Amino acid sequence: MNFDLTEERQMLQDSLRRFLRDKYGTAERNKILESDTGFSADIWNGLAELGIIGALFTEDQGGFGGAGFDIAVVFEELGRAGVVEPFLDTAVLGGGLIADLGNDDQKAHIEEIIGGTLQLAFAHGEPASRYDINRVSTTAKADGDNIVLNGRKAVVVNAENANMLVVSARESGDVGDEDGISLYLVPADAKGITLQGYALLAGGRAAEVTLDDVSVPASARLGEAGKAFMAIEARIAAANVAICAETLGAMETACRLTRDYLMTRKQFGKPIGTFQALAHRMSDLLIEMEQARSAVIVAAGHLEHDRKARESHVSAAKNLLGRAGRLVAEDSIQMHGGIAMTQEYELAHIAKRIIMSDHRFGDTDHHLERYIALAAA
Amino acid sequence: MDLSYSDDEKAFRAEVRAFLDEKLPKEMSDKIRKGEELGKEGQEKWHAILNEQGWLAPNWPKKFGGAEWDAVQRHIFEEESAAAYAPRIVPFGLSMLAPVLQKFGSQEQNDYWLPRILSGEDWWCQGYSEPGAGSDLASLKTEAVLNEEGTHYIVNGQKTWTTLGQHANMIFCLVRTDKKVKQQEGISFLLIDMEAPGVEVRPIILLDGTHEVNEVWFSDCKVPVENLVGKENEGWTYAKYLLTHERTNIAGVGFSQAGLTAVKRIARAEMSGGKPLMENPHFAARVARVEIDLMAMSTTNLRIVSKAAAGTAPGVESSMLKVKGTIIRQEINDLARRAAGAYAMPFASEAIEGSNLALPDPLNAGPVAAQYFNNRKLSIFGGSNEIQRQIIAKTMMGGGA
Repeated sequence: MNFDLTEERQMLQDSLRRFLRDKYGTAERNKILESDTGFSADIWNGLAELGIIGALFTEDQGGFGGAGFDIAVVFEELGRAGVVEPFLDTAVLGGGLIADLGNDDQKAHIEEIIGGTLQLAFAHGEPASRYDINRVSTTAKADGDNIVLNGRKAVVVNAENANMLVVSARESGDVGDEDGISLYLVPADAKGITLQGYALLAGGRAAEVTLDDVSVPASARLGEAGKAFMAIEARIAAANVAICAETLGAMETACRLTRDYLMTRKQFGKPIGTFQALAHRMSDLLIEMEQARSAVIVAAGHLEHDRKARESHVSAAKNLLGRAGRLVAEDSIQMHGGIAMTQEYELAHIAKRIIMSDHRFGDTDHHLERYIALAAA
Repeated sequence: MDLSYSDDEKAFRAEVRAFLDEKLPKEMSDKIRKGEELGKEGQEKWHAILNEQGWLAPNWPKKFGGAEWDAVQRHIFEEESAAAYAPRIVPFGLSMLAPVLQKFGSQEQNDYWLPRILSGEDWWCQGYSEPGAGSDLASLKTEAVLNEEGTHYIVNGQKTWTTLGQHANMIFCLVRTDKKVKQQEGISFLLIDMEAPGVEVRPIILLDGTHEVNEVWFSDCKVPVENLVGKENEGWTYAKYLLTHERTNIAGVGFSQAGLTAVKRIARAEMSGGKPLMENPHFAARVARVEIDLMAMSTTNLRIVSKAAAGTAPGVESSMLKVKGTIIRQEINDLARRAAGAYAMPFASEAIEGSNLALPDPLNAGPVAAQYFNNRKLSIFGGSNEIQRQIIAKTMMGGGA
């Protein structure tokens, strides 16, 4: 066994960390958070130039990475710096689905994605689907050579910035069936699409997407009709590895800030870290962070394995990160006191990133239940 | 032992409920339920409605214009108010400063300041914490030096975490008046006009975007000696009195009950696997666990409250209630954001009035994630839970801890 990063991944990590350390401080990020787009084109382009997006695709797809460990390395650094730009949505989800299912014409978009000129959003979740990825009630009905989409998609991250949406819709079957779900690549300005956009608590923006008789050619379909579920599940697994790695990076920042604070903040004439009640809690956070790191490594390492191994390790990681993340976020704030509650202090944003990561693609409880179900299957 | 309320107490509860039913404006309770900011005007309106009813100062003796309720009555009022989504009364003047004035202030001070608190003419805030004096409050450095004529104190220094200081025109402060003695013995309790020259209020924006706390800076601010409460250098005694005196609602039972009701409502609306989330055994277990904790804690609270009603001042029990009460409230906040699923992600905030209108909220959940983050303050302010545990340990282990 070898737990070291390959030389390429080590270089990627170093350059990404350096870039973000220089350009993504609390003040810079707060400006991005307050902007209308919730997004910095400079940061996006800078990171694209650095090859960050290319690292999320395999060589076959036109990139130079794309494995679980590549995703983990990139997102751990994005998480460490609290980056809000939608690499997950454009590259791992939208771009990933095109790469996995698309025909040659559709795959031509990947070059633009890697170059940083194309933005995507994955319009999948619905108001009544919670974390069930098979519950799709948006419909796709044939109308001559075209397909007509109708339905509503909930909390679609990056929808406003996206040039194209990857929309899931049901061609056949009942609302909870895995069979019968298709994906469509829909231009964001297609007639019948309405966006209700808003800022997100942990940064970035999302929208409620309404599809009202949106007509697209059948060639907009990604892959085979009604057979998209397995690809969606696998891409969401990759997204969850990314989210877990990002949360791990954020936890590292939270722990670093807290440790520094405990060693410098003085009350009752000495650093508060010398009080055992706090010192032991800090130790617990560091223990949990190592647990989280291992869970991320295991999940990333199983991303290319068979479905059951992949899904159960991803669910294990999401459950563990949910628990450890909450502990780290809450205890880091508590041990700091009021200062960590202020927008100007780095930890405030980092804590929000950690906690809100539990609200995408399944929370702690959802993945515990899923882990149990997979073990029984 | 009798676990039921007396007939008088039941009648009182009915009276409170009828009052809230009739006098609490619907637009106000709607705002509270949705987690929206009430604003200064809204606060002042509710303050005036309660004052007209004679219920604004439940803890004050009748001779000062209070309702002089016992602890059980206050508990009932707080419980009913939370259930009806009534605003929380800003406590600084009414239940923090007033008891100190009534016990340690001069006749003139009581005659002048108390009616102004009731009428709403003065909005008070609290100047205790400083950047370097949080848990170690006694190390505070804001300095008050008597001028040569002996007519004014000259105040210099900085206070922080001043809640709603942006609305206040008066601040009660702990200031250092003697640097040569033991920290606790050189502190005085001073009333300062915030409109006086040399006072500056700077906003602190919290992580949920709200502006509820401030920094307050003093530079050569002149404060008349008449505004010293009690004796010079005895302010620490008054501050400690204040901290242990008004602690009946420290457990926040009413807030937790209202919060738990909201969690169940959200979880009945949210669908998971084609069924309401509330029917998911895993989520239901989480809710049940908190409900059991809350049931026991509210009984602990009542036991302590009844003792207080019989005249025994709560001691270490208030620390216990603060710790357990805030753990439970924060757990309920956690459940609410969990229940809302992806719809917890939008940046709904109390920050701007009406700002949540354009946000999707199919569950009618309100800003649950923002409230979760905002209420991390509960275990930090008013003596952090670590400080409360220290008080419990010191008291129960005879100083050996």
